[in-house]
Amino acid sequence: MAGAWETVIGLETHVQLRTVSKMFCGCSAAFGAPPNSNVCPVCLGLPGALPVPNEQALKLAVRAALGLGCTVHPRSVFARKNYFYPDLPKGYQISQFEQPLATAGSLSYLSPDRGVATATIQRLHVEEDAGKSLHDRFPKQTAIDLNRCGVPLIEVVTGPDFRSPHEARTYLLTLKQVLEYAGISDCDMEKGSLRVDANVSVRRAGETTLGTKTEVKNINSFAYVEKALTVERDRQIAVLEGGGTVAQQTMLYDSKTNSVRPQRSKEESHDYRYFPDPDLPPLVLTEEFIAEQQTLLPELPAKKRERFVEKYALSVTDAAVLTADRAVADYYEAVVHAGAEAKTAANWVMTEVLEDAKDHADGLRVAPGALANLIGLVRGGTLSHQAAKRVFAEVAERGGEPRNVAEALGVVQVADTGVLAGWVSEVLGTHTTEVTRYKQGETRLLQFFVGQVMKASRGKADPKLAQRVLEEKLAS
Amino acid sequence: MIDPSEALASAKGAADRIVKVKRLNACLTPIKELRKSLVAQASAAHPSGVLYGMPVAVKDNICTLEFTTSCGSRILEGYRSPYDATAVAKLRAAGALIAGKTNCDEFGMGSSTEHSAYGRSLHPFDKTRVPGGSSGGSAVLVAAGALPAALGSETGGSVRQPASLCGVVGIKPTYGRVSRYGLVAFGSSLDQIGVLGRSVHDAARVLSVISGRDPKDSTCEERDSLRLPTVPESLQGFVIGVPKEYFPQDLDPAVRRACDRAIRLLRELGAAVREVSLPHTAYAVATYYIIAPAEASSNLARYDGARYGPRFDGSEDVRALYRTTRGEGFGPEVRRRVLVGTYVLSSGYYDAYYRKAQQMRALIAQDFRNAFDRGVDLLFTPTTPTPAFKAGEKLNDPVAMYLSDIFTVTANLAGLPAISVPIGRIRGLPIGGQLIGQAFLEDEMLEAAYALERAVPAGEEA
Repeated sequence: MAGAWETVIGLETHVQLRTVSKMFCGCSAAFGAPPNSNVCPVCLGLPGALPVPNEQALKLAVRAALGLGCTVHPRSVFARKNYFYPDLPKGYQISQFEQPLATAGSLSYLSPDRGVATATIQRLHVEEDAGKSLHDRFPKQTAIDLNRCGVPLIEVVTGPDFRSPHEARTYLLTLKQVLEYAGISDCDMEKGSLRVDANVSVRRAGETTLGTKTEVKNINSFAYVEKALTVERDRQIAVLEGGGTVAQQTMLYDSKTNSVRPQRSKEESHDYRYFPDPDLPPLVLTEEFIAEQQTLLPELPAKKRERFVEKYALSVTDAAVLTADRAVADYYEAVVHAGAEAKTAANWVMTEVLEDAKDHADGLRVAPGALANLIGLVRGGTLSHQAAKRVFAEVAERGGEPRNVAEALGVVQVADTGVLAGWVSEVLGTHTTEVTRYKQGETRLLQFFVGQVMKASRGKADPKLAQRVLEEKLAS
Repeated sequence: MIDPSEALASAKGAADRIVKVKRLNACLTPIKELRKSLVAQASAAHPSGVLYGMPVAVKDNICTLEFTTSCGSRILEGYRSPYDATAVAKLRAAGALIAGKTNCDEFGMGSSTEHSAYGRSLHPFDKTRVPGGSSGGSAVLVAAGALPAALGSETGGSVRQPASLCGVVGIKPTYGRVSRYGLVAFGSSLDQIGVLGRSVHDAARVLSVISGRDPKDSTCEERDSLRLPTVPESLQGFVIGVPKEYFPQDLDPAVRRACDRAIRLLRELGAAVREVSLPHTAYAVATYYIIAPAEASSNLARYDGARYGPRFDGSEDVRALYRTTRGEGFGPEVRRRVLVGTYVLSSGYYDAYYRKAQQMRALIAQDFRNAFDRGVDLLFTPTTPTPAFKAGEKLNDPVAMYLSDIFTVTANLAGLPAISVPIGRIRGLPIGGQLIGQAFLEDEMLEAAYALERAVPAGEEA
């Protein structure tokens, strides 16, 4: 059904900045405090209270804008967005409107359909969050928690650049990665620190004008992004194929039923009456301030990925896995700097290390130096790969130097030909039939003998050496 | 005053004098509560403060820890602020005593103190007349001799206009000179706390204390508090401009006579007086009545009955709660301005009204800069077009009421300091003359005001 249609999606993402205090007052911005405990006259909007911008929030917002390749404007203006809602204590939200902090950026991401694609970032602005209305806490009553009120946010608005729900989701994951990398936000959708609204429209393939769009809201987790957008896309196509027209409206996604419903018109705000906030002078940022934020911006994932491919001769896929998380990327580089061969180190990190990290909250448990040593032991023939995995698990669990641990476990490979010859004689003596078959030309049995030697040595034999001794003995 | 017993005597004296003028309905604080608080404050006040023991009343739209802060409105009836406005905290730190909350037009919207939910204040010299507004209660207490000074607030002349009508001194400082933290917002880009005093000196020393930087207000300038000038021997070297637009053909002849006399005295003091032109003056009231209501419509959105203040409806529907609380809690003038403000900010009208008004505001400010750039130090104008008018006279004619601010709104639009000084009587009623100064040059303006105050026979018919 979707074949004849093209989907067009733009995303508006709200991201909570990782600050200690709120956007315009000194209250804690921490998540999870008892309701209405992190509040003061300013964020409660009490009569006479006034906002003062949080400098740390502005630094993070500028870093986000620079990380997304935006032009950061030396002068931007805070504006009031006016609407009535019980969890909005001032009756307006301080945001930015006509003159946002930053415009004209872009973010490239790996589209599942088109390879490397670029999303345009139309604008990025700073604003404060509203409180929370809890409709299910008390029967027939709405409870208001104003802890979140005034928490600093940035809103990142893309152009209508995505051609599938999957693409939109990939962009969002890439955005999250960038913001996490730069320490701008923890991007936790479940805690509400990243929220996304989507503009969705469809058009016949080949059309150049945009169809009528709807705004999809209430997408509460990464898992639902694709589902919600797919449901809305399919709904619009069905409407159009049935001869109807798409109404421009806001659709609310319900994850329980995986469906969308139009927001009641009563809930929609018609006119926000934006105007410059007279309580806040225009936000003027010096060149030095902006330049300093640029220097504080770490190497971002896309750049790091390219560098890993070039510097460590890794495949794009491997580099992408290693750079997906900044801590993992840093860990990988530390292992290489400690002397491990780049490709081998990549394999270890992508398998054993990430596997271990998945099961343990404390993350990367084996120090990079220890892993480099362990890789060195395998390379030098002291440990088999199998044995090294056991040593890794042991070091992860209980710590220690890999060589000491290997010795304690008794898995150091035996490379003494005399000792090996003993195991080889034992194996050849108990498998006379196989020896005869080998000598009659069934040379592929060599691997069988190697396996038996490893078994007899309980894994300690150096397999390459064992093979050589076996070949010699069988040839005689 | 250094002796603590004098502070106590001052507190009791203030309470007694406020009781005496109770019929003027200038003070909203119940007298028992006021007396008790004044005595407690006097014993706690710091004797080393520059205002030690001085009673200062505070307009009801400025937050204080003691007393209610109702802004002359039903919608904040009984509201107690959990914090002191910065200006109040500075007064307290200087040893002053907060001598109750004064009546005002609701949220500062009005020019007669008739738009108070707690009844109108009476003119101290003629009960049938208004004391002006919106800081009418503060002006009345000072004019009636109950207190040496009181805080008021201005958005378009609410300190200077009642000062003129009551025969006291009223100062509006430069925008950003005094912190607005704790001043309940009406038109945030215009609002400033001001002072009403029985003399230039009383008003100026209170202003000096409340002025200066405040990290809680982003629009408050990073400056030290105002330095008080000494009373000058003469005004030699001062160039005072008289803008012709402030002396229209139809100006009350008595007001013109009073101003002419004041100008003559300024000349005799050594000032050079010359006529100047501020060509965009005619648009000031219209500009003001777009910008101030626009900001007010947003600033007053928070009064919805959901979190504090009385609720006027028990309905479970939140929209109904808003409608009735705001419909019944706000008086007619506030509702009118909220409606106007909402309208001018609406999409489709924003460019035609709000944006255009902002452009005009910039031109009005430029007029002043041009005059000052041409060597003028200060401007002299009438403060109000008439002396105190009859109660009820303009109540049903909002435009007539708005025009009583015609000479004062420009200083708010341009953010400039201005002072009203009594310059004579008209048929027994006081009238003020206005000096408008350059931004943050209050000291020059005060010097001229000191000299004028000393020279002018304020009690004489003009």
